[in-house]
Order: sequence, then C-alpha cells, then structure tokens
Amino acid sequence: MSELLANDLITPDAGESPLLSLGNVSILKGAPLTRLSLRLREASVKDAGKAFGASLPVKALTCEVGDKRAALWMGPDEWTLLAPEDDLQSVFNSIETALKDQPHALVDISERSESIIVSGEKAAWLLNTGIFIDFSLEAFPVGMVTRTVFHKSPVMVWRTGPDTFVVEAWVSFMDYVAGLLVQAAQELQAA
Amino acid sequence: MLLIYCPYCGVERPETEFQCGGEAHIARPADPGQASEEDWVEFLYMRTNTKGIAAERWRHTNGCGRFFNAVRDTVSDKFLKFYKAGETMPDLEAIAKEAGK
Repeated sequence: MSELLANDLITPDAGESPLLSLGNVSILKGAPLTRLSLRLREASVKDAGKAFGASLPVKALTCEVGDKRAALWMGPDEWTLLAPEDDLQSVFNSIETALKDQPHALVDISERSESIIVSGEKAAWLLNTGIFIDFSLEAFPVGMVTRTVFHKSPVMVWRTGPDTFVVEAWVSFMDYVAGLLVQAAQELQAA
Repeated sequence: MLLIYCPYCGVERPETEFQCGGEAHIARPADPGQASEEDWVEFLYMRTNTKGIAAERWRHTNGCGRFFNAVRDTVSDKFLKFYKAGETMPDLEAIAKEAGK
C-alpha cells in the first residue's frame, strides 16, 4: 500500500477483522483519526495551511497531503482536516493560534464519522452500486474528494489510489453503508 | 434522473445531491423595520409560479453545501443555465429564444 496517498494517515484499524475480503475487492475499517472542520475566508487560507502542515486546496474537489496531514476541499470556504488521532490537541491549538485575529470556525468532528477503506479492482464498481458518480480515472482522478450520497446516506468519498477509496459516513449510518456494500459484493462472489 | 451542474464544484451530479430552494432573485426588504405587512407578504409568500423558463435557487446539499441559481424549463424539466449565487439574473427571454420556445 506504499504508493497510496496519505498512507501514513489512512490505515486499517488493526483490531478489526475485514468487513469484506474477496479476491478483487476488500473493505477494511479505517483506524480512528482526528477530523476537523474548518471554515474561513479566502484571506486566511495561507495562514491556516501553514499552521496545519498541509496547505488548504482552493481547487474544487481536490486534496493536499502533507506529512501525516491531509486537507480535503469540501466547499469554497470549507475544508476537512485529517491528522493522526493523538495530534488533535496540538493541531487544534496551532490553527487556533495562527488564526487568532481572523474570523473562522474550527470544529472537532473526529467522532462524527467513521471511515472504511474500499480497495481492489472492483472497488469502483462496488461503490457505483449506490453512488451515481463516474469513477473512471479520467473523471475522478486519484486525490479527488467529494461529498455525495450512497443510496440514502450522505458519505464522503476520497480516492487515495487508482483502486482504493476511503469512504466516510456518519457513525450511525456506517452499518447501513458498509452493510449494503457487503451485500452488493455477494454478486461478485456469485459470478 | 436529472443531472445538475454545480458551478462551485464544476461538475455534473445526480439530482439526489441537490435540493430546490424555490424562486430565485427575491430581495428581502432592505430595511425590515420599515417594511409594511404587505411588503412581508410579498417577500414571504408571493411567487410567480412560472410555467416555462424560470430562475430557481438550488442547493448542493450533499456536496459543497452552496446555494446557486439555475434556469429551468418547468414544463420539460430541462436545465438551461447554471450560475453562482449573487450573480445577476440572466435574460430569461433570450435563453427561452435560444432554447426554441
């Protein structure tokens, strides 16, 4: 998994057994992360990026990855910042200090969502059972990140490799999302 | 399913990601304290309910979360133009002509 984007950040949860493990697609639960929601104006983008350790992407649907840091574009003035679980306080404080005099909203949303790592040559096919987005590499290149809906649940999809996606859903929706993915994958087993 | 273009994300997405926010370009009374009850009725409830080409507000709820405006033919459900919130209303008649209405 060494060539994957943010592979020092997005790792399978060691204590969990795979939700799905087939020859051509697998689903692993992601390890807990620090997740921060950051909203601010254009003038503060540079300062916030410097304090965080990865610059904030200004191009729509893209991400910037630093050393154990990832900044994901969520909207024109909204980003999700990812860092290792233990770095919550230090990251939070350094951004708050840097943006002391600038209007912004930094909120800890670490516990709001859980992530799963969907990988394998059939990963895009599997996600497409519930998401109406073209996941070909031309339309959805590595590094692209977006919020969307999976069947009826809001999810975030981040492509970290040609055949690897990180899917985040709210904690209470994760059973629904992961459950439907595992169920849909039965079609692959049957084939 | 309708495909809707989000001018902030710059991509076309399925309609399930979006919510319609009703008629666009309805200005809130500039000085709410001075607005009469009739002004509020006009602002809150009165809509043109166009049959044909109309400008609407849409929100990319399950995406970037932004409101934007779209011109849609309410008869055929065909979208004709998308533009960011805050931009002036395009010439609906010209759009209608172009679309052959």
